[in-house]
Formats: sequence, structure tokens, C-alpha cells
Amino acid sequence: MATLEIRDLHVSVEADNATKEILKGVDLTVKQGETHAIMGPNGSGKSTLAYSVAGHPKYQITSGTVTIDGEDVLEMSVDERARAGLFLAMQYPVEVPGVTVSNFLRTSATAIRGEAPKLRTWVKEVKEAMARLNIDPAFAERSVNEGFSGGEKKRHEILQLELLRPKIAILDETDSGLDVDALRIVSEGVNRIRETGEVGTLLITHYTRILRYIKPDHVHVFAGGRIAESGGPELADKLEEEGYAAYVKGGASA
Amino acid sequence: MADAQKIPAGSTAAGSIAVAAESTVATRMSAPPSFDVADFPVPHGREEEWRFTPLARTRGLHDGSATATGEPKTAITAPDGVTVETVGRGDARLGRAGTPVDRIAAQAYSSFEKATVVTVPKDTQLTEPIRVSVHGEGGVSYGHQLIELGAFAEAVVVIDHTGDAVLAENTEYVLGDGAKLTVVSVQDWADSAVHVAQQSALIGRDATFKSVIVTFGGDLVRLHPRANYAGPGAEAELYGLYFTDAGQHQEHRLFVDHDAPHCRSNVAYKGALQGADAHAVWIGDVLIRKAAEGTDTYELNRNLVLTDGARVDSVPNLEIETGEIVGAGHASATGRFEDEQLFYLMARGIPADEARRLVVRGFFAELVQQIGIEDVEQRLIEKIEAELEASVA
Repeated sequence: MATLEIRDLHVSVEADNATKEILKGVDLTVKQGETHAIMGPNGSGKSTLAYSVAGHPKYQITSGTVTIDGEDVLEMSVDERARAGLFLAMQYPVEVPGVTVSNFLRTSATAIRGEAPKLRTWVKEVKEAMARLNIDPAFAERSVNEGFSGGEKKRHEILQLELLRPKIAILDETDSGLDVDALRIVSEGVNRIRETGEVGTLLITHYTRILRYIKPDHVHVFAGGRIAESGGPELADKLEEEGYAAYVKGGASA
Repeated sequence: MADAQKIPAGSTAAGSIAVAAESTVATRMSAPPSFDVADFPVPHGREEEWRFTPLARTRGLHDGSATATGEPKTAITAPDGVTVETVGRGDARLGRAGTPVDRIAAQAYSSFEKATVVTVPKDTQLTEPIRVSVHGEGGVSYGHQLIELGAFAEAVVVIDHTGDAVLAENTEYVLGDGAKLTVVSVQDWADSAVHVAQQSALIGRDATFKSVIVTFGGDLVRLHPRANYAGPGAEAELYGLYFTDAGQHQEHRLFVDHDAPHCRSNVAYKGALQGADAHAVWIGDVLIRKAAEGTDTYELNRNLVLTDGARVDSVPNLEIETGEIVGAGHASATGRFEDEQLFYLMARGIPADEARRLVVRGFFAELVQQIGIEDVEQRLIEKIEAELEASVA
């Protein structure tokens, strides 16, 4: 069973010629089949956690470990991490002009699966996955994310999630900027993947809204660069009522 | 009174649409067109037509100091029915498609000793391309070529430049009424080569001219493709691809002179740049003269900067002297292959070198398909791959 283990992770960024520590000792274990929600106020370091695990060069790991099934993730390049089974659905997916969605998906699936998918079954697979996410088939021939609306970009991220079938999926504020319909479609996509029981999901969000559609097993409150409190789904209800005030002011129980 | 409007079109690009009573495309040159080099002052580099060109690297082509020392080895393979001749300076057929517009073109016209004339008789439709191989073996030379198609003739010409040379030349394309000519000119020079050429097309009534310029090599390449219309209903498609590496200067200066009614033109150039001091220049001048009613024109230049240290100057310029046109437009944009794009593709399992290939191949794909000659397309794709390999290594 695939397991992502994050131990005492410290991460810094360079900003204005100064080094700023953003993550201050994160401990988290996500197992295949589990869903963890990480909730927290703006600037608490939630996205930094997501990008550090995925390997974005902007973030410097100063100490701690990240492993997937015991393998050292921090030693891997970004593409190796993806091939090891990590997937990051980005908050702001990047536009790649000149590369069509269909070419991108196939190249990516080939890299992740280790061999080119059989053309006939692949075309069908993509078509069906697009239909389930209500993505216009014409998108296949458009450049990756270019001119996509916010909702279209997020659905395109979930399309990749469905096709690439990672062991661990990190969803970075996938819900932000979505209207209710889009949120429902995206959540249904995530739930389809979760129902396979083959993916561990780390759902990073600012709002409790998405948790009405995607039910987490564990909820963690992120504040001041670490997990300030962990609990079950009831913790989300508490946040819904009380907000993050208690954590932001530093009154958190660690 | 000229009423010019400046439209920003990319980080290092500027464009303008001018509605002019008198053409500034014509008048901004430092001298009127002439066959005689003596009519052009030696450029100092600040002239409008020379301001992007590193004159110190022309090896003396611009100031008369480059003496002819040896010409490239040229081989022409032509299907039956095509005439290939070598003629002297006095041949009356030369100089019809266009007059040299700058000092180096005039220098070439004043200095060449022999010209190559390729003729496709009227009504002849070639099924195989005419292939011209130009291989430089060092040395300075001045050249002249004329490719002429009679009425309703159809031909494809592939001109392949390789090796090392310092070459200044004029190439003329004369198309009879209803003729169709496609010319693919590949500049696959060695890194030390200098190639400066004016390529003038005179397009007959209802004729179609398609030019595909592919520039990879050379220390300095400066090409000047020009289209003129001899009658109404004609069409010019001017396409180009360039891959500019560290230290290379590759300059493409387009001019479409709409002087006849109901003609069309479509210009599309795309370039990728990588490495320190890679410099690409694209000038796209389109002039729609008063007589050119019913003109339909569009020009586009896109650049993809793959690394730091490369520079693009892209200047589209559209001048319109009549309002009675079908359409006129231009676009210019320079984008970077960014770290964020690389991260995104790698986060989907795609290795860095493959990610770069994916982006560059996608960028050029549309234009590569325009070539329509399989072996040239294949070689071009391989060449792009090789350039990318070099950058990753």
C-alpha cells in the first residue's frame, strides 16, 4: 500500500534577498485510500507544502524528509516524482502554447505508464473521461490551458488525475474560483478516483465548501507553517462555524 | 500627412499601422532602389534598414572591401522540360523581378559575373521538385539567379545552402499568368557563414507564389524576401522558420508591395532562439498602394525564447493607401519558454528535454506542414531535434 510520509519538513524561499522560512516542521502521513483535508488561512504555507512535495525549484528544503513507499522523494527530479506516483493538481495551471491537450495527455500518460498507451483504447479512454467532466471534445486540439476559463483549467487538471491514476494526489485549492456547478463536476471526478481505493488524496483548501462533496477521513488545520490541529471530519464543522481566528492569533493547541 | 499609430506587440517588438499619403516604406530607405552599388552610401549602421545588422560581421560586403575569391559549389537537378543555363551579366532577362534596395544587394548586382537561369516553359507542370544544392567551400562570392515560370506552369524548387561561404546575391522569381511556384530555401550553413540575399518575386496575374524560408545556420544571415504583383488576382504566401543559436544573427526582412487590385498575401514567420547573444530580427513591411483595391493581407511573426541572453526584434509595419480593401492585419508576439511551463510538464512525468521538444515542435508544427515536401519536412524536424539536443547537452 502506497504511503506518503512527510517528517519534520522545513522549507524556505528566497524573497527580496532574504531567506524566509515558510514550513516549520510539517509531519503528515497519507496512505493509499485515505483522504486528508488540509485547511488553513491564506499565507499559512498550504500551497508551499504542495509545491515542495512536487519539487518546484523555488522552494528550498532545509531539513526533514519526504518519502513515498520509503523512497526518498526529495532526491528525485520533478518528473521522477510524478513517475513515482505523485500528482499535483495546481491552483493556477500553466498555459503551454503550441502543445495540444491531446498530445500533452498522451506524452504524459506514456511517461507515467512507462509505455505508450494503445492508440485505440487510449482515444476511447480520453473521450470518455472528457465526457464525464463535461469537457468539450474540441479542447483536445487546443493548446494546453491557453485561453481556458478558470473552471476549464480545473476540470483539465482533474482529467489528468483520472488518466494518470497516481498513488498520491495533492489537490491545491482545486475548489477556489469555481462556481457551484463546476465544483460539483470537479468533486465528482475526484470521488471517482477515490472510490477506486487506489489513491491517497491530500485536499488543500481554504474553504469548507468542497468538503460537502468530498468527505475527508482526516482534517488538519494548517497555521504558521505547521499542522496546528488534526482531527476527523468534525474539525471541518468547527472551522465552518468559528473560522481560523483561534489559529491565526497563535492560540492554537499544537 | 502621415497618420501613424503605434501598437505595442510584444516585449521587444513594436508595430504600426500607418495610413500614409506617401509611402514611408519606400522613403525611409537611405537611397532609392538601384542596380549600381555607387548609388548607395556605405552604411554606418544607424540607417533604418541597417540598424539591427552587425555590420562588423558582414566581412566587408557592405563597404566594398570584400573581393570575390571563390564561389560555392552549385548543383542543380531538374526534371525533363526544365532549362538550366549559365548566362553573362548582359542577359536581358535579368533584373526584371526587382531592383536592389540596399547597398549589399546592389553590390551583389554590380559584382556578379555569371547568373543561373532556370526556366519552366508555359503549361509545364512538374511532378518532381527542382533541387538546387549550394555548398560553400570558403571564399567570398556574388551571385545571381533567375527562376522563371511561363504562364500556367507549376513547379517546386528546393534550394539547399550548406558549408561555409560569404555570399551576397540576388534571386529573382518571375511567374507568368496563372503560374504556381513554391520555393523552399534552406539556410543550413556552417556557423561561420555569411549570407545576405534579396529574393524578389514578380507574380503574374492570377499566379500563386509560395516562399518557405528555413534558416538554421550561419554567423550572419540577412534575407530580404519581396513580393511584387504584375497583375490582379495573384497570391503570395511567405512562410519562414528560424532557429537562432548562441552568437548567431538571423534577419528576415519581408516586403509585400500590393500595387495591383484583388491580390492576396499571407506572411507567417516563426522563430525559436536559444543561447547567449542569439539575435533574430524580423521586419514585416506590407504596403497597400492606392491602386490595390480588394487587397487581402495578413502578416504574423511569433518568437519563442528558450533561454536567457537571446534577443528578438520584431517590427510589423502595415501601410494602407486605400480604404477599399478586403482585409489587412498583423500580429507579432514574443514568448518565453518559462520555468513554470517546464515545471508543469515535468510534474506530469515528462522529462525536461522531452518537455522542451514538445513545446518547440508544437510551436513549429503548423509551419512545417506548410512546406508540403516530405523529405524537407523530415529533415527540418530532425534539425529542430538536433538543435534542441545541443541545448540540453
